[in-house]
Formats: sequence, C-alpha cells, structure tokens
Amino acid sequence: MTTHTPSSADHSARQRWMSALARAPRERLETAWTTLAAGKRFTHLRPPETGLVMTRGRAGGSGQRFNLGEITVTRAAIKLADGSVGHAYVAGRDKRQAELAAVFDALLQHPEHHDAIERELIAPLVAAHATARLDAARKAAATKVDFFTMVRGED
Amino acid sequence: MKPATELAPSFDDPVHKGQQAFRAALDALARPGRIECLPGLPERVPGLGAASAAVALALVDFETPVWLDATSQEAADFLRFHCGCAIVDDPRRAHFAFAKGFDTLPSLDSFALGSDEAPEDSTTLIVEVEDLFTEGRLVLTGPGIERQHRLGVAGFDTDRIAERMHLAELFPRGLDVFLTCGQRVAGLPRTTRIHSLRSEPCTSR
Repeated sequence: MTTHTPSSADHSARQRWMSALARAPRERLETAWTTLAAGKRFTHLRPPETGLVMTRGRAGGSGQRFNLGEITVTRAAIKLADGSVGHAYVAGRDKRQAELAAVFDALLQHPEHHDAIERELIAPLVAAHATARLDAARKAAATKVDFFTMVRGED
Repeated sequence: MKPATELAPSFDDPVHKGQQAFRAALDALARPGRIECLPGLPERVPGLGAASAAVALALVDFETPVWLDATSQEAADFLRFHCGCAIVDDPRRAHFAFAKGFDTLPSLDSFALGSDEAPEDSTTLIVEVEDLFTEGRLVLTGPGIERQHRLGVAGFDTDRIAERMHLAELFPRGLDVFLTCGQRVAGLPRTTRIHSLRSEPCTSR
C-alpha cells in the first residue's frame, strides 16, 4: 500500500502474529474471540473464500526453486468499525477460522488491544508451535542413520 | 497500519452482481448510447462513482494496468485490493482509464489506441459525467444502432467530440468509452459515429 509503508520491524512483528494466527486451531480462536474481542463489530472487505495456492520449495533450502504442489487456502479480509483492516490466509477450507484470524490481525494493529491479545493468544500459540516443532525434530533425529559408520561386508 | 483512505467492500454478492455488471457493460458497448443500469455497491467508493466502480470490479484484473486521473487517485487502494491491478502513471500503458468528467482527461490520443494487428490493445476509458440522459444533443449512428440514437452527456463539449471524431479515421485503432453517471452506464465504442446537434434546442428532456 503506497499510503503507508510499514518499517521492517512492524513488518516482522505482523508476520509473526499472522503466522501464529494462521496455524491456530479454530476452537482456540473462538475462545479468544469470546474472551478478548467480545462485541467487536466488523464487516467483510473480502468475504472468506477458498482457493488454491502453489507452494514452492528449494531442496535443502538453497537449491533451485521448484513447485511443490498446490495447497488449499482460505483467505479473508475484514474491516473493523473504526476502519482498520485485517487480513488472513489460512490453510484448509475453514472460513470461520480465516475470518477470526483476520479480525485478530486487525485488533493486533491497535495499541490498546495489542498487548492483551499478544499475551493471551499469540505468545502461547508461538510457544506451542515451537514445542511441537522441537518434538518433531527430536523424533526425526532419533531415526537418523549415520552412514559413515557402515562397514562394507566382505564376501 | 491504517490506510489514508478507508477501503470500501466489493459487491455483497460478488458472483451474481459481478456477472450482472459484466452483462450491463457488454450490452452498453453492443448497443451504443443505450443507458444500462449497473448493480449497486454496499458502500460509497472513495474517488469513484458507483457505476465506474461496478465496471472496474467486472472488468479489471491483475492483467490490466489502470490509469487514474487526479480526482480518482483516492480509488487506487480500492482497485489494487479488489481487482489486483497495477496503477500506472503513463496513460499509454493503461488498459483501463478512469476519470471524472472530460476536463481532467488528457488528449484522447495520449492513451493507447491499439495497433492495426491488435486493435484490442487499446485503453478503455471510463468517464464519470454529471448527467447522462436519452434524447440529448448527441446523435449516434453505426453498428448496434438501427437508425440513430440520441444521447445527452453533460460536459462532453464540442472539442472533445471533434477529437473523438478524428479518432474514427484510425479505425480499427481507437478508443472505447464508457460514460457513467450514478448507477447508469452508456457505451461509446470506437465504431460509433457521433454528431452533435448544435443549433437545434433539445426537443425533449
């Protein structure tokens, strides 16, 4: 948007909460909606809609870019009563989840709502995601085979 | 992170209203000078009239760069968000150009007129006028009109009409124009010949 160019710190902070919201289970968002944002009014700028997005990957994170495959994504954009805008892109086809994620994105841009939502919703979500990642990495690491220790049999 | 102008929502029923708007725009060009009605938007769009915004939502997408005149600049965010289009400063690069009245519009040949091989590469103008009515001073003839059609357009002065008549010599190159007012739209495709009744007073209005 030309009218507002956010600084890169703003940018990465928003990236962090948008990614946490995109991964949040819907029940979690519903609970947060009733406790943290009850009575907030919003209108749809872009009603939740489901489509496909091509995901790309790089082998080893640094190789040639290739198309990994298409993923189902639901996106939504909402406007709060005061005119601030929230966006969300969520994997899957849960429209309510995308809508709620967009509402929280808009609320998090407000200084008066930011801290409470950050504390009650975003920080736990980020922590839970980090733990889950670590768990998965640990499980995967346990199955690692070190090929250097293999000795070729003589026959 | 609030944009300077508030974003307005798109059609409340995007599929059906988008189709209705597309159909109305198509009919407007197929029957030059006939006034068609476009579906409405839930909120006023900053910088664009209701009919111009409806035409934009029906026709503009990421492949069609848009040029905006000075008074329509406020609509840039709306168009970028809902249509995904690029906003360009050079009218020659634009596929669609939006303007409020003919006063702010640069000379018509500063827009893309297409080429003889690809006449469709021309800019389509969407001009919002103050008044649009049938039985006006303009006499339209050409394809899509059985004999002749009368149209009244506020602010479409004789210089502009002469300019538009000159473009007719370039056919198949040329400009297609949508005239919008409120919820209404009329088309002036490049094939339509325009004559202005200058001395004769408007018979019925």
